[in-house]
Amino acid sequence: MNQEFRKIARDGLWDNNIVFSQSIGLCPLLAVTGTATNGLGMGLATAAVMVVCNVLISHGRALIPPEIRIPIFVVLIAMVVTLVDMVMNAWLHEMHKVLGLFIPLIVTNCAILGRVEAFASRRPLAQSAADGLMMGLGFTLALVVLGAAREIVGAGTLFADAALLMGDSFAWLETVVIDPYRGFLLMALPPGGFLMLGFILAGKKLIDRRLAARQQRAMPIGDSLAENS
Amino acid sequence: MSIDQARLREIAADRWQSLRRQFDDLDTLRQRLDYQTYVLAAAALLASVLLGVGDLATKGSIERRQAEDLLATLEQVLPSGLYDNDLLRDSGTVADTGEQGLGVVPVYVARKGGAVTAVAFKLSAKGGYSGPIALVMGVSADGVVLGTRVVAHAETPGLGDKIERNKSDWITFFDGRSLENTSPERWRVKKDGGDFDQFAGATITPRAVVGGVQAGLKFFQRHRDELLSPR
Repeated sequence: MNQEFRKIARDGLWDNNIVFSQSIGLCPLLAVTGTATNGLGMGLATAAVMVVCNVLISHGRALIPPEIRIPIFVVLIAMVVTLVDMVMNAWLHEMHKVLGLFIPLIVTNCAILGRVEAFASRRPLAQSAADGLMMGLGFTLALVVLGAAREIVGAGTLFADAALLMGDSFAWLETVVIDPYRGFLLMALPPGGFLMLGFILAGKKLIDRRLAARQQRAMPIGDSLAENS
Repeated sequence: MSIDQARLREIAADRWQSLRRQFDDLDTLRQRLDYQTYVLAAAALLASVLLGVGDLATKGSIERRQAEDLLATLEQVLPSGLYDNDLLRDSGTVADTGEQGLGVVPVYVARKGGAVTAVAFKLSAKGGYSGPIALVMGVSADGVVLGTRVVAHAETPGLGDKIERNKSDWITFFDGRSLENTSPERWRVKKDGGDFDQFAGATITPRAVVGGVQAGLKFFQRHRDELLSPR
């Protein structure tokens, strides 16, 4: 049981990360990762929607016939996103003013449909909720890493305007990395997002290869032979 | 009578049992076309009902928040000493036709003791880097900018968004400007030979805002009598 959840966490955060491994959900990714702060906000909002959608669909999975599952998923996801938008606008208005731009973008994230289809529609409730959370956090991680990289290269700052998103208690996050810096416009614009994502994906592959090589070396020869055959 | 009732109960129990059996056997049921239709319809109905309920529950609150936002912006562009009326109530629209016209402009009138001291209005500046930029500006009765704020835009975060007051004080450099004290060729960014700074890496955005504020003042000039007449 515990091992299962550990695998879900590992999958969501690293092994099967939505962005770094599955390379999906790139539309909102490239749109909002101009700064690390925006990436964080979008990531957390997406994670919340993923958990709710996974729970809803895992709960009703016995009732949903496979032939019509996709339209049902689409309707439910769109509903959840719209509800989140309305509720935030009404009761978390300050946060909505900052994040509001991104909320409707969540609908365009095929990763949510992907997780619902690949995981929640065939697994029990607790696992599905955990999967939604971990995949969402993995997505947040990717957005923050990409946002931070683009922000540092593009504007020389890190977590600029974090206080606007999360309140003044987070003002310490705002740092100036390179000062003075004239800015590198390309990185702030969407093409820069593609470029930086390419570098990060390459970096992830490199780390994975190193890890695999180290594991191979650590294994006794007999085991590694059995693994290869 | 009592026999009939017993019989009825028996029939009902029978129906219930057969219904239960169908539900126990979800796999067969799920393959039936009519069941699929019902499930899809039920999902759509559920979504519509929840959205309707959500809308009802949040509508009033959202409207209040938006009114508060608007009032907060108006208070930033109109100095508080200038008015003693309810700005949101004292509002209307002015139709600005013509080639350079701004269309239908929402106007909020500031009065002190009944006399009009200033007006605030919303307009959208054309020529932004990614679409129009929505501005609110306050103009005193003699045509001087009291304050300007950007209320909505889609400019590049980190570059063009310095037009927001909470990111830079650039937008306050319009205060005190008028068409009289700044000639048409000075109503430009410095790069184009005017008075207003551009940002490093972003010239198009400030250019659009400068143009928008100037257009706002021209609108005020065109409709001065209409705007200042006590309604």
